[in-house]
Amino acid sequence: MASAAENARRDQQGKIRARWLLSTPALLIIFIAAIGPLLVMLAYSFMAKGDYGDVKPGEFSLDGWFSVFLQRDIFDDTLTLADAHLSILWRSLRLSVITTVLTLALGFPTAYFIATRPRHTREVWVFLVTIPFWTNLLIRTFAMQQVIRNEGVLNTLLMWLGVINEPLPIMYTDWAILFGMVYVYLPLMVLPLYASLEKLDFRLVEAGYDLYAGRLAVLRRIIIPLVKPGIVAGSILVFIPSLGAYVIPRVLGGGKNLMLGNLIELQFGAGRNWPLGAALSITLMALVMVAMLFYVRNASRAGGGHG
Amino acid sequence: MPEPAAVPDTRIAVECRGIVKQFGEGPNALRALDDVSVAIREKEFFTLLGPSGCGKTTLLRMIAGFEYPTEGSIRLHGEDIAGLPPFKRPINTVFQSYALFPHLTVWENVAFGLQMLGRPKAEIAARVAEMLKLVHMEELAQRRTDQISGGQGQRVALARALAPAPKVLLLDEPLSALDYKLRKEMQIELKRMQSETGITFIFVTHDQEEALTMSDRIAVMSKGKVLQIGTPWDIYDKPAERFVADFIGETNFLATTLLGIEAGIARVRLPSGVEMSATLAEGYVPSGAATLVVRPEHARVVPAGGPTADQPSGQLSGTVENVVYFGTDTHIHVRLDEGFTFMVRQQNSRSQSCGVTVGERVGIVIAPDAAQVLRD
Repeated sequence: MASAAENARRDQQGKIRARWLLSTPALLIIFIAAIGPLLVMLAYSFMAKGDYGDVKPGEFSLDGWFSVFLQRDIFDDTLTLADAHLSILWRSLRLSVITTVLTLALGFPTAYFIATRPRHTREVWVFLVTIPFWTNLLIRTFAMQQVIRNEGVLNTLLMWLGVINEPLPIMYTDWAILFGMVYVYLPLMVLPLYASLEKLDFRLVEAGYDLYAGRLAVLRRIIIPLVKPGIVAGSILVFIPSLGAYVIPRVLGGGKNLMLGNLIELQFGAGRNWPLGAALSITLMALVMVAMLFYVRNASRAGGGHG
Repeated sequence: MPEPAAVPDTRIAVECRGIVKQFGEGPNALRALDDVSVAIREKEFFTLLGPSGCGKTTLLRMIAGFEYPTEGSIRLHGEDIAGLPPFKRPINTVFQSYALFPHLTVWENVAFGLQMLGRPKAEIAARVAEMLKLVHMEELAQRRTDQISGGQGQRVALARALAPAPKVLLLDEPLSALDYKLRKEMQIELKRMQSETGITFIFVTHDQEEALTMSDRIAVMSKGKVLQIGTPWDIYDKPAERFVADFIGETNFLATTLLGIEAGIARVRLPSGVEMSATLAEGYVPSGAATLVVRPEHARVVPAGGPTADQPSGQLSGTVENVVYFGTDTHIHVRLDEGFTFMVRQQNSRSQSCGVTVGERVGIVIAPDAAQVLRD
């Protein structure tokens, strides 16, 4: 009996060892690729900035964090809110929320359309949705410039139709950024929505109709609660990259309409203020995390704990 | 169709006239329903019976409003509803898969229809409580629908469909997912609920036993057509054609030669040379060959050989091929001298066995009036 217990114990130990060994590659990747860089970033944000970029290693300073929200007047040393940073922050948040709402409004009917096609044609539609991913984001963004610039396709068409007399100045405005982000991130909304809608049991929709629910009531009371996981996933997938968008505001927004991504890039480039860049990056991450927690909690409460 | 003449005092609840449903166009078009006409009376338990693919579910979905007929009209208490969407028809459905809303509790599922109709809260609460009591589900009202068993889901689906007090309740094979015992129980429950609520039930099933035990009237369907409408007794005892006799219950078919017809009685000759009389299905005038139909319980196995004092001679003779014991009765399969197998069902009694053994030569006596000649 004793040896049986001993064997069982040794077997148990062996299993635990094997489990650790097998998960080592995953743990290594998580540490090297995710946690490690984060720690480096956190450390940099608490160091003094170097004269030509970089940081002065080992020299502790709160200046980076300080200038995220505050600025010191050059002449009288008074502290004021860093309204340039705050307005960029506000623009990033505002544009990201609007982008998420617009992609949801456009993506839901699209995904619903695909999910209600016959099974064999659905793949073709999904394939079409993913085609833009084949082209580099930068090239797509420049292509959009061709559409919305003053002599671009859109303005030429509208003027030819006689809708407008002079070109609409869309380029280098928030509208241009919004247009670009909605276009680029729409597939990221459509795909998770489609995945949810495709699993939706349309007999439940019929049951809703049978029980006197009109089309709107079926959408509100049955379809939306059931595809809520897809709505949450799509919103997260669109909101996060929107908040950190870099290429689109750079190309379509010009120099005046910075978003957080551009501000961060600026600190590591021309600004030569790496601690501030690191602090801003962490701020961005914290924002995303707070927004996500808020959204997911709200969504799951409204969904009655389902999904 | 041998649809019985309408009794003046029974009002028609649902009337489908000349319904055609065609899926697709051109040579590949599929006729799911081909000129179907049925009239379902008020407070009736009416069953659409047929093998899968016969169009019974399509017809039900059309009455519910999920499909629209290519041709024909559907009337509910005289009013044409063929163009109305399902949410404007005072008809509810119990779906085959139950289709309970997984994001709602049992209570919320039952309340859904009433809420959509905009009934006051107090009325909804009272009605839901009443419905849950009717299906014995009061205790599980706050459960989620994935936390209840199949039989309970069935009851919830029923309560949900009955809660808005529809004029007609449609049931699409609602018992097919239940095991045998539960199915038997629910059959009785369904009958009870139908008589308690006084609602017209239209029931779809492919299970002929279920149809026979539950229905007031049955419509037997095949390949998009209604073959016969009648009471269970009509359908079983006076099948209109070969398909009906074959689909409902077990039946022996014998190929015979027609000798003559006299006052609705056909005289036929069996291949063995024996001549016998058979009733003719209504309105059927056969010529030349005629198929004779005999239910297994209307025949008897007798010892082979000539007639004795208490036993007539069998019209058929053959060798016992198989004896299958079923508890209440025994099925004796006899290979006839003509080459095909004839089944006899014999009631078992406590004291003695059926009295034949495999390989024995026997004769078969067919009860008078039991044989019928049917349209193929």
